[in-house]
Amino acid sequence: MPRVLLIEDDRAVREGVGLALRRQGHEVEAAETGEDGLARLRSFRPDVVVLDLMLPGMTGLEVCRGIRAVDQTMPIIMATARGDDVDIVIGLETGADDYVVKPVQARVLEARIRAVLRRAAGGGTTAPAAEGIPKIETHGDLSIDRAGLSVSRQGVPVALAPSELRLLLTLSASPNQVFSRQQLLETVWEHSYHADARLVDACVKRLRSKMGEPAGRPRYVQTVRGFGYRFAAQ
Amino acid sequence: MKAPAEAKAPVNAPAKAPTVDPTKDWTKAPAKAPIRDRFRVSRLRGLRARLIVAFGLVAVLTAVTTGTLTFREARTGILQQSQDAVIKQLRGQVNRLAPGLAYPPTESDLQRFAADIAATEQPRPWRVLVVYRGVSATSIPGDRSEELTPAVREAVRSQRDTVFQRVRDGDSASLVVGMPVTFEPSAGGTIRASGVQVFLTVSQGNETAVIDALVTAVERATIPALGLAVLLALLAARGVLRPVRALRHATRSIAEGRLDTRLAVDGSDELADLSRTFNDTAAALETSVAELREMEARARRFAADVSHELRTPLAAMSAVTDVLDEDAARLDPDTATAVRLISEETVKLARLVDDLMEISRFDAGAAVVHLDEIDLAESIRRTLASRAWSEQVETRLPEPGALRGSVDPRRLDVVVANLVGNALRHGARPVELRLYGQWTGQETRAVIEVWDSGPGIPDNVLPHVFERFYKSDTARTRTEGSGLGLAITAENVHVHGGTIRAANHAGGGAVFTVELPLRLHDDRPTGGPL
Repeated sequence: MPRVLLIEDDRAVREGVGLALRRQGHEVEAAETGEDGLARLRSFRPDVVVLDLMLPGMTGLEVCRGIRAVDQTMPIIMATARGDDVDIVIGLETGADDYVVKPVQARVLEARIRAVLRRAAGGGTTAPAAEGIPKIETHGDLSIDRAGLSVSRQGVPVALAPSELRLLLTLSASPNQVFSRQQLLETVWEHSYHADARLVDACVKRLRSKMGEPAGRPRYVQTVRGFGYRFAAQ
Repeated sequence: MKAPAEAKAPVNAPAKAPTVDPTKDWTKAPAKAPIRDRFRVSRLRGLRARLIVAFGLVAVLTAVTTGTLTFREARTGILQQSQDAVIKQLRGQVNRLAPGLAYPPTESDLQRFAADIAATEQPRPWRVLVVYRGVSATSIPGDRSEELTPAVREAVRSQRDTVFQRVRDGDSASLVVGMPVTFEPSAGGTIRASGVQVFLTVSQGNETAVIDALVTAVERATIPALGLAVLLALLAARGVLRPVRALRHATRSIAEGRLDTRLAVDGSDELADLSRTFNDTAAALETSVAELREMEARARRFAADVSHELRTPLAAMSAVTDVLDEDAARLDPDTATAVRLISEETVKLARLVDDLMEISRFDAGAAVVHLDEIDLAESIRRTLASRAWSEQVETRLPEPGALRGSVDPRRLDVVVANLVGNALRHGARPVELRLYGQWTGQETRAVIEVWDSGPGIPDNVLPHVFERFYKSDTARTRTEGSGLGLAITAENVHVHGGTIRAANHAGGGAVFTVELPLRLHDDRPTGGPL
């Protein structure tokens, strides 16, 4: 039973969303403030955090940063009003995996939660490992363990959030193939073709940063201008 | 015998070569080459040019009039004086010498007579011709007296009076004087002609030279006068043009939206009054515009605030609509209907608020376009597929990869979905969607056309279809949708720099046409397998 930590200041929204998610089989704990949410992170040990960006006191962005400071791999879904474009971008760059636009129907939020949990579990990205194919791939100084869902560079483990991990797994599964943003939105985020491509861009930025790629000249995840991204084979 | 007492006026006989009025001797300036540049034409018609021309004309006119009058007076005076002197001298000579002439004279008498008359102390030589009944003699042997016209001969013969004529031949001018010699009148008797006639030709070169010098002087005076006039005109023009130019700049500045533009006013002339009026007008305009903007901003903020405030309760309601839908079946029929109604209307309300927020962002200029280079046909296919419209809409799309463009995929999705949804709701099937590229001469544009086979849009509605909440009394009243769909569609097209228009096609249905600039990157990827 997935455990969802809901950080939302409005009582009605908190209750409504909580009710809907519980009926979908989630175990929900709701926090009214950012501080409260961060406190429950340790006690409740959620599988996913649904975070409202517009919070009184400690803002959603600060909470997001707070979570990433202690947990690089926790799936985070932001709930935001469309139009708060700057916040969305900052939120994504701060480390959120996905976002929903309020008002959101329960089934849409539920689908997002399921998708991000699938990502965290590594499901669906790779074909079942056939016999004889090594589970650990090596690209230059980068090693990717598709079964163990871990990545390391020069032997040092790189802690990746679910979206970052799945993005890297998707790209590196077909080295040198160019993926359009729309393809990646569908494959990695399970969004529609017309979803917000900034999810991809922000995630690529985070991924490069965590992999220690030199600014402007990435070695692995490269931009193909006008087309998308590709994983450069070494 | 003596000469007639008075000289008659010059005969109106044509001279050998007509004199030319030197004052009229000015060649027309060659016509200016046509000026193609509109700016220069307007400059030539400008205030400065007009002032220069006016001042110049006045200067030239003054110089020429003064010159002409002076010249005429001087010319008349000089020539009159000179001819009077000549005639007086000639009369004196004739009166002195005539009594000594034998009568009737022989040719040799006439010869001597002519020579005697000519033999006076003169600055210019006299050429004398004496005629008596067909016999003539000249002071200079062989002189043919070409300046002497038949008219002068006739006048002397018939009028028995002194006549003169100025003859101009090219550069040289001459005075011809004819004088009949008469007998001394008996007391109370009539004057009787002796038949002897004296003709004198004397050159007037000096007098002409003096007159020419006068003309030259006038001409020379005209040029500095003209220069002075132009200088004065420039000064006057500067005085007028500086405030006019300042006004022009200020007006343009206002037109460009800088409503705080004001002019520095100095002086108290008409232009200063105009500048003051301008400042007052600008101030009034600035105040009105500021008020209007404030009101508009308040209205927009209100719409945005209302939508924003509605969103929080809607967020809670939207979260539980699925719960209502699931459990409605287990409720008694009335409650179930009420619950379903609330659920459905909540979804609609959420969409309306969403659309209102979207419109508010367009109004506030806060709509951000996230361009991404995509395959347009693929995008449209996905739009139709995600709404299960693929089977209901006939499509004519280019091949995959044939038409790529930099657009905001989400906004393109909204545009296509709204147009197709509108056609399916209000028009009749078949609905057809066409996509093609069109070269406009400067850029390639993507053209999206959505055709339906319904009754079309009434002519009185057509201009309003993109207005917000526009409701007509016709069949096209919006029953579904927020009433903002086409307005949002148009805004989404416009933020791409594209155009949208609605029309009725010959088949009867409506056709919506969207044109979007493609804005492709120039640098296509070259390396790496795709």
